Amino acid sequence: MNHEVLIAILLLSPLIGFLLNGVRFRSNNYLLAGSLATGAVTISFACAVALFIELLSLPPEQRRLAVSFFEWIAVDKFKVNAGFVVDQISSLMALIVTGIGALIHLFSIGYMHHDKGVTKYFAYLNFFLFNMLILILGDSLLTLFVGWEGVGLCSYLLIGFWFNDSAKAAAGMKAFITNRIGDAAFLIGIFILFISFGTVNLQELNTLAPTIAETGWLGAATLGTLMLFVGATGKSAQIPLYVWLPDAMAGPTPVSALIHAATMVTAGVYMIVRLNPLFVAAPNTMMIVAIIGATTAVLAATIGLTQTDIKKVLAYSTVSQLGYMFLAVGVGAFGAGLFHLMTHAFFKALMFLGAGSVIHAMHEEQDIRKMGGLRKYLPITHFTFVLGWLAIIGMPPFAGFFSKDEILWRAYSSPRGHILLWAAGVLGAALTAFYMTRLLALTFWGQSRIEKSLLSLDKKTHPRESPLVMTVPLMILGLLSVVGGWLGVPHIIGEVFGHIPNFLERWLSPLIKKLPENAVAVSTAEEWALMGLSTTLAAVSAFAAYIIYAKKTGVAEKMAKSLGPIYKAVDNKYFVDEAIFAGIINPLVQVSRNLWYYVDVNVVDKATYKITDLVRGGGFVARSLQNGNMQQYAMYVVLGIVVALSYMLVG
Amino acid sequence: MPNNLLDSAILTEITVNHYLILSAALFSIGMLGVLLRRNIIVLFMSIELMLNAVNISFVAFSHYLGKVDGQVMVFFVMTIAAAEAAVGLALAVSIFKRFKEVNIRFFEHLKG
Repeated sequence: MNHEVLIAILLLSPLIGFLLNGVRFRSNNYLLAGSLATGAVTISFACAVALFIELLSLPPEQRRLAVSFFEWIAVDKFKVNAGFVVDQISSLMALIVTGIGALIHLFSIGYMHHDKGVTKYFAYLNFFLFNMLILILGDSLLTLFVGWEGVGLCSYLLIGFWFNDSAKAAAGMKAFITNRIGDAAFLIGIFILFISFGTVNLQELNTLAPTIAETGWLGAATLGTLMLFVGATGKSAQIPLYVWLPDAMAGPTPVSALIHAATMVTAGVYMIVRLNPLFVAAPNTMMIVAIIGATTAVLAATIGLTQTDIKKVLAYSTVSQLGYMFLAVGVGAFGAGLFHLMTHAFFKALMFLGAGSVIHAMHEEQDIRKMGGLRKYLPITHFTFVLGWLAIIGMPPFAGFFSKDEILWRAYSSPRGHILLWAAGVLGAALTAFYMTRLLALTFWGQSRIEKSLLSLDKKTHPRESPLVMTVPLMILGLLSVVGGWLGVPHIIGEVFGHIPNFLERWLSPLIKKLPENAVAVSTAEEWALMGLSTTLAAVSAFAAYIIYAKKTGVAEKMAKSLGPIYKAVDNKYFVDEAIFAGIINPLVQVSRNLWYYVDVNVVDKATYKITDLVRGGGFVARSLQNGNMQQYAMYVVLGIVVALSYMLVG
Repeated sequence: MPNNLLDSAILTEITVNHYLILSAALFSIGMLGVLLRRNIIVLFMSIELMLNAVNISFVAFSHYLGKVDGQVMVFFVMTIAAAEAAVGLALAVSIFKRFKEVNIRFFEHLKG
């Protein structure tokens, strides 16, 4: 098969799955719906693999398979094709999305089997993947934007999937509206880039990107990329638009794993990596990206320390990890950003699915204060969760270690990096280790705090391990969380183990633009030292959390009390939601209400009523002419003739 | 030759204008009938009168212009008039059956 057909099948397979499940959305047959959807995604995954193999067979500089299905928009100079491209970056991303997507679809069959809307659920999930693939493969900013909006829509639909609960429906709306703010900026960014460069095609933009870095703030590349980045903060939950992601946990847990951890939220990072030559030309934008990323990484991690909802902890962790990715792309380590995106997709999807398995076993209980000691009931979930935990806190040789270490190292050594960015990253890593250990300890270790209703005295009733359809994806993702990082082994470690190459760096190198600045001189000793320092800190922090939460109960409360107001601020998520309500939403509602009351009712409505009265009055007069009296009609005719004749005779 | 004289006198004195005046007079009478009378039967008769007034002008023009076109048209008019009378009288009959009277105002009940 040639690559056009493969790309078409890759894209259309989830769409067909969506249509097949969508038309019979009332069906309760979870097995049929689930296997249809999972099959569709698996076909996509197979296509992605085939395309990847085809890319491998090409020489590195020509690894680009493009296809243009039709001309989409043609207005004067503005031409956009429905074109898609598979290159080193997009093929990697497509593999991640379809691969993890297939596993999560499989998991969903077990997780959602009792739900009434299961067919609708799978339809949405497939539609999400279709849009995500458009986002990934689109060859212009506009096709990317179509996918960008599409995944936003699916995210909204799936967060509010149980819309009978008004809090969940509200969470969906919050996500949608917050994203919309970012999307508006994203569109402005596209406009700026089109006006300045005359194209929205990604490849053309990258080749047109100025070779000399812009210094000011108002250059086309700087302004355009800055606006695109604001869009990315919405989609990828960064400061200041991160507030929707924790609330998005209202959706079914596999959705959180797929959309709000592994794929959609990484779209912002992916977009920056795709446009990396343009971002390299705008150092000020990159500085902002790095600072926002580092700040988000630390801030979200601190909030994660106090959360008690198993999914909320993971949500803040996701925000924090996305911060790392932005930190990476902000300092010019685009490969590292994509690397962390990949490993994070593995271990965070794993942890979310693990959380899903726990919630499933606990009958929808999400509060970790009511868990504990689940290890003996859920051995497989526990084991795989531990793998994910080791990966996220960055223990070698698990996946997270390599990607996080590369980001930290580049934050330190890159000419656009800074020691403060590195310090923030290390602090974030230590915090991550702490709250992740806390989560694990409170959920799986220590004493059981499970509610009596879930246990019986004869110990026959207790939380049970999930079926194979749910544990198999966990095992596969667990394996990936272990070995996923080996694709990007740093050189200094590779040297020790006999020249293991950094596969990922080599694979991506043709598309990653080197920073124009001269590299900062650093020694391998420094790299070893920093690596050791951050790993040791994370380990110490994790051990401390283990002692506090698994061994000595009661210490945590004392610590919380001694910290007083600081703890309170963190526990309430720094009152960000409250501040947004007080500063933006409430005034806006007040202004809208006044506009409605004074302007709409008194001016707009009155004007329209006047017009309708006028029309009605006119109609009343005209109606009396048509009264059904035929002789009167005849009279009109005669009168007409008289008028016409007298005009002809006299005039 | 008095007959001949009489003939020629009439022929010379009656022009197309006389026919047109007659036609106009008949047409006006018919029109007033249509506008003023309320009995459907009388209305049809008035309409018939108007049609025949037109026929007179057709025939007159045909004669004075020496062409048969006008007379052909008259046959069409008569045919249509017959058809129209058939439909109209059918309506009149059904109105009569319903209201026991053939007053034009009952047609107002057809108003939607």
